[in-house]
Amino acid sequence: MDSSTVAGLLHEAGHEVIGVTLQLYDHGVAIGRKGACCAGQDIHDARRIADHLGIPHYVIDAEQRFAEAVIRDFANGYAAGETPVPCVRCNQTVKFADLGALAQGLGCERLATGHYVQRIDGPDGPELHRSADPTRDQSWFLFATTRMQLAQSLFPLGGMASKQAVRAEAERLGLPVALKPDSQDICFVPAGNYADTVVRLRPDSGTAGDIVSRDGRLLARHDGIARYTVGQTKRLGSASFDGGQRQTVVALDPRHRRIVVGPRDTGTRTVHLREVNWLLQPVEPMACEVKLRAREAPQPATVVAHAGSTATVTLATPALPAPGQACVFYRGSRVLGGGIVRRDD
Amino acid sequence: MVYLDANATEPLRSEAREAMLAAMATTGNPSSVHAAGRAARKLLEDAREALAAKFGGRPSDLVFTSGGTEADALAVHALGAGRRVIVGATEHDAVRAAAPNALMLPVDRDGVADLATLQRWLSAGPPALVCLMLANNETGTIQPIARAAALCRGFGACLHVDAVQAAGRMEVKLTSLGAHSLAISSHKLGGPPGAGALLLDPGISAFTPLIAGGGQERGRRGGTPPLPAIAGFAAAAVASSHDLSPLRDTVEAAAIAVGAVVCGAGAPRLGNTTCLALPGVRADAQVIALDLEGIAVSAGAACSSGKVTTSHVLTAMGLGPLAGQAIRVSLAWNAMETDVAAFAAAYARMADRLRKALAPRAA
Repeated sequence: MDSSTVAGLLHEAGHEVIGVTLQLYDHGVAIGRKGACCAGQDIHDARRIADHLGIPHYVIDAEQRFAEAVIRDFANGYAAGETPVPCVRCNQTVKFADLGALAQGLGCERLATGHYVQRIDGPDGPELHRSADPTRDQSWFLFATTRMQLAQSLFPLGGMASKQAVRAEAERLGLPVALKPDSQDICFVPAGNYADTVVRLRPDSGTAGDIVSRDGRLLARHDGIARYTVGQTKRLGSASFDGGQRQTVVALDPRHRRIVVGPRDTGTRTVHLREVNWLLQPVEPMACEVKLRAREAPQPATVVAHAGSTATVTLATPALPAPGQACVFYRGSRVLGGGIVRRDD
Repeated sequence: MVYLDANATEPLRSEAREAMLAAMATTGNPSSVHAAGRAARKLLEDAREALAAKFGGRPSDLVFTSGGTEADALAVHALGAGRRVIVGATEHDAVRAAAPNALMLPVDRDGVADLATLQRWLSAGPPALVCLMLANNETGTIQPIARAAALCRGFGACLHVDAVQAAGRMEVKLTSLGAHSLAISSHKLGGPPGAGALLLDPGISAFTPLIAGGGQERGRRGGTPPLPAIAGFAAAAVASSHDLSPLRDTVEAAAIAVGAVVCGAGAPRLGNTTCLALPGVRADAQVIALDLEGIAVSAGAACSSGKVTTSHVLTAMGLGPLAGQAIRVSLAWNAMETDVAAFAAAYARMADRLRKALAPRAA
């Protein structure tokens, strides 16, 4: 519904709109049904909407790139003891890099998507902001959008006050899909069982190992590090309690296939980042708020940028960041930049 | 719009339209005994005779089908029973899907089937059904069918020829090709979609239908035939035959001038078809860019989803990455010089813009 509404709104505003659906993976394989059409219902619906609007619509085969840049990266991340964010990778590669380049090649001036973020043109150029509707904000997933990509982008839904407002627009435009359910969390993982997908691609991440305390005592066994993430309290078995204290995963050690647990109040104030993207010229040290997980309140921190797209974040209060997750810098609603949490080796 | 995708479907010929309108005014089922039935049967048999004459067979050996795909599937089903099946690596999915366990006969870089390998395969093992297309839908490459047929007959094998793209665009006669069966499609030669035919060698007697139904088509294809489509099919076939190679050569020269490579250029090819690879530029982007300029071409085999996949034909020809960077330009029977000029200009603009935007960037 979201991208259809975007297409409908821009078309109504008099722009020449070209609809594109990215074919990211073989639908039949993803849902585990052999012989199913390679396309999902989504493509059919998108075409019908384009017909309805009277705009061209194309399907872009991005399967190979998605398999390499997103799915394989996802599996490799887990095997390396991280908790990757595939949506960040997809936005960064398949969508804003590849589709952006294609749009440019086709002579398009803008790439409009149904993402819930706002592009606000400030004194120093376009800024990326959270969506007006705080419950739908996707800015955390888009921190890696470069300034050049942002300048090319439009996010017409970012300013909508609520889901009802978007639905009302879709209905007003006569778009027939206003009641479709939202897309699921990880699109290429059937039925939400991500670990099976990871283990299929990286069997080493599914081999059993030890769950140990921070001082190295064996507390329990686990069935593969792909099933664990820093901060997790489930699947710990007899390691759930140690010395009468409730335990949580504090580190993953892929080399020894070990999961390290500690008390729930374990935390760090220093977070090292890689692959840092800045949406402004950073001043140092920069006071801001940071968000270490998609669904988490931002917390005060200072960020120091280093060479080689790295940075060090100092949190005001200790937290338990999961390597591979994004750490996104905000000032109010504005995204200043962000990076990927590095493992401390 | 400049329509350069005739191999997907040809524009309807006016002769076909008139024949269809006349047939649509006829009420009657060819199987009925009354006057209306007789009138319908006359239309059906007139069409059958015209098509049999055009494609070098006997009217009694021509089986009407719903189209080329069904004709291919019927041939594989009826002639392949009890035989091992060998299909050319560049065959259309109509054949490949009908014989999923077939042996794949390799082709050379121009898409020509390797008859030495075919001979080796035929000389050992049980009797075979060999499926080779007369002209390829993506490249236009013409196979040495007469030589393949002689080989097949020498080893007691059957040869089915998918002539869907060739029919109406070059001389096609079952007798001179020496094949056992020939698949033809109406809408690829300027008739309406919905009709096709399988033309059989007179020597073929045992024949199990795919659809038995009410025993129509001498028990070889059940179901009431679509008379308007069949009448249009025959009229289009009779009207067909145009050599478009001068226009095609102009298309190729314009594309080569801006860096394109012609796939299959070393082989004899259909006069209306060219397959142009633009190194480094993905095929779907080329098709979209040209569509936005009002030029209709295609790439690879479009799946029902509309996504453009890497061509199995060009892959089989050993073209590597170029297999995902080629578009097919196929001139319709009514193509004009202005179409070709419009294509040449749009192609040059497209190549320039896409090369700039899609060039590998420094990481």
